[in-house]
Amino acid sequence: MNSRLLRLTNAAVIVGFLALPALVQAQISEYQEKQWLDTPAATSHIGNLTGNAHAATEPYRRYCTVCHGELGDGNGESAYWFDTPLFFKPRDFTTAVFKCRSTPTGTLPTDEDIYDSIGRGLDRSNMPPWNTFSAQMRADLVAWIKHYSPRWQTEKPGEPIVIPPEPEVTAERIKAGQDVFNRVQCWKCHGVEGRGNGPSASTLQDDQGRPILPYNFAEGGRFKCGTSDADLYKIFMTGLDGTPMPSFSDNIKPEEAWDLVFFLRTLQPFHTKAKELAKGLNLKPINPNAPPPSQ
Amino acid sequence: MRMWAQSHLCQKQRMFSLLAAAFALAFLIIGTSQSASAIPAFARKYGLRCSACHESWPMLNFFGQKFKDNGYQLMNDRDAPIWQNPGYWPVTFRIIPIWHRVSTAQVATDQSATGEQKITQSGFDLSGLDFHTGGTLDKNISFYVLPSSDATASFHFETVMARLDNIGGSSWFNIKLGKFELDNLLSEKRILTLTGNGGVYQLYHFIPQGDGNIWGQMGDNQLGLEWLGHSANDRTRVSAALLSSNDGQVGLPYGAESYSGFFTASQAFDFGKLGVSRFGAYAMVGEAPTIWLTSGGVGIPGSGTGNKGFSREGFVGQIYFGEHADVTVVTQHGEDSAWFGQGYGDFVDNPVAGTNFLNGYGVTSLPAGSRNPTWNGVLVEPHYVISPQAIILARWETIRMSQQSTPGTASNLGNISTYTVGARFNPFMTPRAGFAYHAEYNWLHQDGTGVVPGTNINTSELLAGFDFDF
Ligand code: HEC
Ligand code: HEC
Repeated sequence: MNSRLLRLTNAAVIVGFLALPALVQAQISEYQEKQWLDTPAATSHIGNLTGNAHAATEPYRRYCTVCHGELGDGNGESAYWFDTPLFFKPRDFTTAVFKCRSTPTGTLPTDEDIYDSIGRGLDRSNMPPWNTFSAQMRADLVAWIKHYSPRWQTEKPGEPIVIPPEPEVTAERIKAGQDVFNRVQCWKCHGVEGRGNGPSASTLQDDQGRPILPYNFAEGGRFKCGTSDADLYKIFMTGLDGTPMPSFSDNIKPEEAWDLVFFLRTLQPFHTKAKELAKGLNLKPINPNAPPPSQ
Repeated sequence: MRMWAQSHLCQKQRMFSLLAAAFALAFLIIGTSQSASAIPAFARKYGLRCSACHESWPMLNFFGQKFKDNGYQLMNDRDAPIWQNPGYWPVTFRIIPIWHRVSTAQVATDQSATGEQKITQSGFDLSGLDFHTGGTLDKNISFYVLPSSDATASFHFETVMARLDNIGGSSWFNIKLGKFELDNLLSEKRILTLTGNGGVYQLYHFIPQGDGNIWGQMGDNQLGLEWLGHSANDRTRVSAALLSSNDGQVGLPYGAESYSGFFTASQAFDFGKLGVSRFGAYAMVGEAPTIWLTSGGVGIPGSGTGNKGFSREGFVGQIYFGEHADVTVVTQHGEDSAWFGQGYGDFVDNPVAGTNFLNGYGVTSLPAGSRNPTWNGVLVEPHYVISPQAIILARWETIRMSQQSTPGTASNLGNISTYTVGARFNPFMTPRAGFAYHAEYNWLHQDGTGVVPGTNINTSELLAGFDFDF
C-alpha cells in the first residue's frame, strides 16, 4: 500500500469511528420510542396539517428533552434549576394538564391550543417561543406530546368555548368590568390595582404544591396564553389549569366577560382606548375591606 | 539511504495507524456512554442544550439565529440578568488541542535544487484561546466581548460590541456598535471546521494575486455600526452596516477617512416536511486608501487618502431537506479598483516606500491597459446531521478570476479550489459545557502562486482533536 493511500485509510477509520457511537445511540432510543409511540392518539390535526409523532423524535430530543424530559414528565436535566416562583417548572406531559386552552377547565386542550403554545412560548418561564419551526414540525411535536398521556386515548378534547363578538369599548363597560373584578374577587390574588399583590398572593401554590405568583398587570408582560382581547377573554373563562388561576365561566356571563376584558386593559401600562376612557372615569381602586358584594 | 528512508516511513505509518486506532477507541468508549454545545454561558442561563441553538456547535440553526438577532434574548420576559442567580457570570472559554499533519507544497528552501519543495509536518498542537463573554446588561441591552489569543497566548480583541435591541418595541430596530462579525448568513466565526485553510471561507478573504486591497475581507470582524431589522419569527431579516475600512484593526491605522458598507437581506420559507429554508443576498461596497504620507520613506499609519472602490456581492441559500440533510450555498462576484489591482493599497506588509507602490503621491495614472480585477466564486457546504450530537460535513469552494488587472496575465492566476470533509461528535449534551471530537481533512489548490513562477500551490491538512468550551 502506498503511503498516501494508507494515510487516507487512516483518516477514513477516524471519521468512520466517529460516526459509529452516534448510530449506536440512535438505535437504543429508537427502540424505546417505538414502544411508546404506536398509539392512535399520537397524531395531531391542525387546520389541514397532520402531525405525526414519529417525525418529532429528533426535534423533541434536540429542543425539548432538556426541560420536559425523555419521558415527558417535566424532569429534564434543567428542570431542577428553575426555581419557583420566579421561574416555572417544565410541564409534565404525562398528566395532560395544560394552562393555555380554548376548552373548559378540566378538559383536554385542542391540538391547535398546544400548537399555538409551542409557537408562542410561555412568558415568565423558560419555555421559549419556538416560532422559527416549520408548521409541520410544530404539528409533529403536538402529536409527540400527546403520546405521553393515556388520557389522549380515552378522552376527547373539550369543546372550545364560544366567544361572542367583541363589543365597542365604552366607559360604562369599563366601569361594569371593575364591578365584575370586584365581585368575583380577582383582586384577592391579583391585587386591587392588578399588581399581583392581593391578600392571597403570597400563599398560592400550583397543583404540585409549588409556590406561584399571580400575574402582575402593571408590569406589562405578555400573557402566557396569547395577547389579543379574545385570548384574555379565554384566559379567565377557561382558567389556567394546574394553577390557582381558576375558570370563571360559572360566575361571569359572556357580556360581562367583555366588560372585564376592557377593565383589565386599563391596568396595563399600554396606551389603549380603554385606558384613555378610564382616565375620564376616575375609577377608584376597590376597597378590599369593604363587605363582600352579593353575587 | 533509500532503505532507511523507507523503513522510517513505515515506522511513521505504523505510529499513525496506532494513533488512529487510539482515537477511534476513545471515541467509541466515551461515545456509547449515554446522556452538543454553545456558548455554555447562554445554555446555562436558560437551561437549554447546545443543540437548541446550534445545528452543530458552533454553527447556528434558525432558532439560534433568532436568539442572536433578538440581542441574545429568548424574549420570555426573563432575559435581563436581574432574573439570574447573582452568581451567574456569562463567560465561556474555548480552546482546541489537536493533532494535525500539514503538507505544504512549493515552500522556498535553500536545500532544494529547484528552490522549492514540499514540506510535511505532523504533531500535537493547540489552537488559540477564546474568552467569550456576552449577554444582556438589561432587557434589550446586550454586549459581547471576545478577547482571543493565538496559540502563544498573545491576545487581541476579536469582538467588542454593545447592542440596543427592539428599540421602541419594534423588532425592526436593533443597532450594534463596536467590532463585530458582519451579518454573514453563513458565519465564519461559527465555522464547523478547524484546519488552517478549511477553517476559513476562502470566499470571505479572497484577494487577487498582487492586489493591495485587504479591506474587502467579509470574514474578518469589522469596526462599525450596524442596523438589523427582522420579523418576530425571524423569517425576514435585513441589515445594513457602516464600517471603517480598517479590516477590523483598531487605532485607525489605514485611511484618513475611508468607509465601507455591508448589506444583507434574506427571507426564510416554510417548505412543509422539508423544513424551513432561507434565501438571501449580500453586498459589501466600500472605499479604501491607495496613497500614503511617508516619513523617512516609511508609511505613516492613518494617513491614507486616494480612496478607491471595491465590491463583493452574492447570494446565500440555506436549504434543508428534512431533519438530517441540508446544504448552504454562497456565491460571490468581486471587483476591486484597478489601483488595488496594480498593488496600491495596504502598506502594512510593505511599509517602505517604493515597494508595493506604497506611495501613490505623484502617481496620476496606472500602467496602460490596467483594469479592475474581477472574479466569481461559489461555496457549497452540505451537512448530514446524524443526530443532535453528530454531524458529517463537506465543503467545496472555488474562486475563478474573470478579469486580471494586468492584461496578458495568465487568466487562471490566483484561482482557488478547496475541499474539506469532516465529522464532529458531541459525546454528551448538557446545558453546562460543550465538547466535540473533531476530525477533518482539507485540500487546497491555487493556480500560479507557487514560489517558482508559474507553478501551483497544493496543500493539505489532516486534523483530529478535542474542541471544547466550558
Ligand atoms: C428551557 C426549558 C424548556 C424547553 C427547552 C422547552 N420547554 Fe416547554 N415548557 C417549559 C416550561 C418551564 C413550561 C411551563 C411554563 C409555565 O408553566 O408557565 C413549559 C410548558 C410547555 C407546554 C405547556 C403549555 C401549556 O399550555 O400548559 C408545552 C406544550 C411545551 N412546553 C412544549 C414544548 C416543546 C414542544 C418544546 C421543544 C420544542 C419545549 N416545550 C421545550 C420549559 C421548556
Ligand atoms: C386564587 C388566585 C387567583 C384568582 C382569584 C384570580 N387569579 Fe388570575 N392568576 C392567578 C395566578 C397564580 C396566575 C399566574 C398563572 C401562571 O403564571 O401560570 C394568574 C394569571 C392570570 C392572568 C395571566 C394569564 C397568562 O396567560 O399569563 C390573567 C389575565 C388573570 N390571571 C386574570 C384574572 C382575572 C380576570 C381574575 C378574576 C376574574 C383572576 N385572574 C382571578 C391567580 C388568580
